[in-house]
Amino acid sequence: MFVLETGTEIPVVAPSGADGVLGLVWLVIALPLLGAAVLLLGGRLTDRWGHWLGTAMPVGSFVISLLMFVDLQGRDEEDRQVVKHLYDWIHVGGLRVDMDLLYDPLAALFLLLITGVGSLIHVYSIGYMEHDPRRRRFFGYLNLFVAAMLMLILSENYLGLFLGWEGVGLASYLLIGFWQHKHSAAQAAKKAFVINRVGDMGMVTAIFLAFTLFGSTSFTEISQRAGGASETAMTVLGILLLVGACGKSAQVPLQAWLLDAMEGPTPVSALIHAATMVTAGVYLIVRSNFVFDRAPDAQTAVVVVAVVSILWGAAIGCAKDDIKKALAGSTMSQIGYMMLGAGLGPAGYAFAIFHLLTHGFFKANMFLGAGSVMHGMDDDVDMRHYGLLQKAMPVTFLTFAMGYLAIIGFPGFSGFWSKDKIIEAAIADNWVVGVAAMLGAGVTGFYMTRLMLMTFFSQKRWRKGVHPHESPQVMTIPLIVLAALSVLGGGLLLGNWIIDWLTPVVGEEPEHDLPIPALAITLLVLLVVAAGVATAVALFQRQRVPEVAPTEVSFVTRAARAELYGNEINEGLVVGPGRRLVSGLLVFDRSGADGLFMGGGATVGALGDVLRKVQTGYVRSYALSVLIGVVLVAAAMLAVQL
Amino acid sequence: MTEYVVLSSILFTIGAVGVLVRRNAIVVFMCVELMLNASNLALVAFAKQHGNLEGQVAAFFVMVVAAAEVVVGLAIIMTIFRSRRSASVDDASLLKF
Amino acid sequence: MIAFWTLAPLMVLAALGILFVRKAVHAALLLAVVMISLAILYADLDAPFLFAVQIIVYTGAILMLFLFVLMLVGVDSADSVVETIKGQRVLATVGGLLLGLILVISLSQLTLGTATGLDDANEGGNIPALANLVFSRFVFAFEVTSALLITAAVGAMVLAHRERLTPKQTQADLAAKRVRDFADKGAHLGPLPAPGVYARHNAVDTPALLPDGTAAESSVSRVLAARGTVRSAPAMAHDIEDLKRQLGVDTAARPGVTGTSGAAASTTEDVPAEHGKHDEGATS
Repeated sequence: MFVLETGTEIPVVAPSGADGVLGLVWLVIALPLLGAAVLLLGGRLTDRWGHWLGTAMPVGSFVISLLMFVDLQGRDEEDRQVVKHLYDWIHVGGLRVDMDLLYDPLAALFLLLITGVGSLIHVYSIGYMEHDPRRRRFFGYLNLFVAAMLMLILSENYLGLFLGWEGVGLASYLLIGFWQHKHSAAQAAKKAFVINRVGDMGMVTAIFLAFTLFGSTSFTEISQRAGGASETAMTVLGILLLVGACGKSAQVPLQAWLLDAMEGPTPVSALIHAATMVTAGVYLIVRSNFVFDRAPDAQTAVVVVAVVSILWGAAIGCAKDDIKKALAGSTMSQIGYMMLGAGLGPAGYAFAIFHLLTHGFFKANMFLGAGSVMHGMDDDVDMRHYGLLQKAMPVTFLTFAMGYLAIIGFPGFSGFWSKDKIIEAAIADNWVVGVAAMLGAGVTGFYMTRLMLMTFFSQKRWRKGVHPHESPQVMTIPLIVLAALSVLGGGLLLGNWIIDWLTPVVGEEPEHDLPIPALAITLLVLLVVAAGVATAVALFQRQRVPEVAPTEVSFVTRAARAELYGNEINEGLVVGPGRRLVSGLLVFDRSGADGLFMGGGATVGALGDVLRKVQTGYVRSYALSVLIGVVLVAAAMLAVQL
Repeated sequence: MTEYVVLSSILFTIGAVGVLVRRNAIVVFMCVELMLNASNLALVAFAKQHGNLEGQVAAFFVMVVAAAEVVVGLAIIMTIFRSRRSASVDDASLLKF
Repeated sequence: MIAFWTLAPLMVLAALGILFVRKAVHAALLLAVVMISLAILYADLDAPFLFAVQIIVYTGAILMLFLFVLMLVGVDSADSVVETIKGQRVLATVGGLLLGLILVISLSQLTLGTATGLDDANEGGNIPALANLVFSRFVFAFEVTSALLITAAVGAMVLAHRERLTPKQTQADLAAKRVRDFADKGAHLGPLPAPGVYARHNAVDTPALLPDGTAAESSVSRVLAARGTVRSAPAMAHDIEDLKRQLGVDTAARPGVTGTSGAAASTTEDVPAEHGKHDEGATS
């Protein structure tokens, strides 16, 4: 077994066969897949009860996940990895890929998150999409997403993971563009799809490389053979995986699609673009810990990407007036924290997953809360048109507040525990990274307070004819459940439970020496966050919020509003040169290649024009040419003989 | 035997020239027959020269095939004559550019 | 050898004749000369079976077929002598001469030696020997030939077949048509009038005279009118004048029909141009 310098063992994946209730693991995927098939193929026949079926399927998956989780918990630590062989998938030459499902502590947590939060969001969608004529289709897509996401999590090999990876990409595309009649939604869906393909290229190349290096795509085999590969190979593999992760998790430089993705219905933003799909990149890196632990350079790359994304997302979150886009910026920033944790190696894997779970709770909560607000405000998303909603929507307000306190890291709330631990690990690793992460926490405090104040406090700035009202119970109950989870999610850390739970997958957390005591770090973080909150209160509670965004603003604000020119960078670096390359190729094709071939054709044609005069149609002329040929052949034969 | 072969080649050449200069399709056809007959003569002459009958058998088959050819060829000439009122090979010259 | 040296120049001349005669029938007859001469040469070359086949099949059947088709196409049809394709005749002549020259020069240099002769091969008779070959070694070719012949027969039938495009007219249809024409256009309902009948000959080429002395055009065949061989009553009168003069009969005694064409002036037919010549032929 490979041992790091820090003394940590890199665990290998060594699953045993699935039995008992764990043998039902395939049902977790099959149920939502069945739901999607019925809803999408059943057509209008299923319109009346489709949303109930669509909700029942993830709930069923959740129940099975829960049963399996209980079963797994009752096992010894060494027995907690099981694999279920479904069927031989691809057996071609040296390539042998099986449809195997790997159920281990990591997958167990993800299953609970996806099916649990997913079920709640399905329930919420029943209310949210009530008046949409295509609600049945919406539930079909959601079920498809859940099935693909579960496939991504449960697959025992990279290829199966990629199947799910593409499945969630497809579902994401379909759901972002769900209101395809809106041009912006269609464009956003296309953008998300294209940028995700860039990441997928990294992913695919990584799979090819893994197959070349290890002759397999299975986690089990790669983790067992990884020790034999060179560090360079591992670094390349790790960076390719990181490219894939960046695309899916909206990290710099492939971040531009996430804000546009908010064109989708709000439950989609909550489920796909906050709680689950965008965290798949984090999952990928944690799952590939046997690669990254052996490639310190790749880990550094992950950390750099993470830190840039934390600050980038936070800056966007500060400037956006669209409540969903502000939350999207926040999501990007928070995923940056998870990536940071994942990039720190065994010291941070567990915290990355921990933050992923708590973020899944509180961000889903806040997105659904934002959806509830929009529901009450006639689908207006501009926070400058909100204000003083805490009276009109008490339940939404209270649940949103729980999410708010969790994300800024208010002591005792879930975000406090998870984020604090990541910052701590970052400082232990490198103080620059730690300070950047801390700064990010302060900015988080600022922009979330801004969002909170502009929406629920300050002054009424409602448009005419808008009468805010509380959402129906089918929407508020999921909010309440998620709010409770946002508050209590930190309980996973009780007695270091989550760290111990994940140890078989990600390895033992190494001892690390902090330059300053942990308590001091916690206090420092709280101080920074408090500063951010105070600034926001000063700016948005004490002063009146203008109803139209002021245009006379500093360069920094303008840059942040423009998403730090992410789109322009893409345009300038990739799209523009690409277009020029294509037009250059077009010119070459028209003049060079076409000239060659068309010219050749024209020459042959002109030759034919001349030669066709020989074709008189007179059979006697043809016979004459035959005779001349005979004479020539005879003469030649005679000449040879003589 | 040389003289037979020379006669055969002379007849063949005359037939070939006939095909080229005559325009009546039927006469052209006759010239083709003349060429076939010339080759038959060579076959029969060589049969005698080599002392086996295979040349004669070949000539026999040539006659059979020529008979079949004449039947079809004359039918075609008839068909063309029926529609164009002409037996000239130059009139059927539409098969060009 | 006598047969060869006798027939060879004849054949070459006949073959050259095919190139030059204008009428296709003459070409066919010259071809027959070549073929029959060939048959004789076959006999000379110890090929009695081919001798018979050449005469029966080639000269008897194939050449007759040529003649049938010639009759159908028009026995009189002669090739125009003018060459329409530029340079064709010159090039064909030069090419032919070159080919002949090369063939003759090269072949005449052959030294074949003494012929083996077919005495051994023809020991049991030429026909049984040929049959042995055709039905053993060449049996497959022989069978294929049968397919070729049946295909040719079917092909000839298909090519010669003509679809009837309109229903066949019956006697009843024709009778009804005549009555209808009579009703619509006043066409003559009865049979056409008979031609004029004079003592000199049966005169299908001479129109009958109507009561007013004019010629009934419908009494002579349109074909004769088109050929211009219709004789008119005035011409006939002219003939009579000539005869009388030869016989020394006094023309003045019959004043009603004297010489001039006044009586038949209403005849629309012109007197044919070769009238006199025709007359000589008729009278001689």
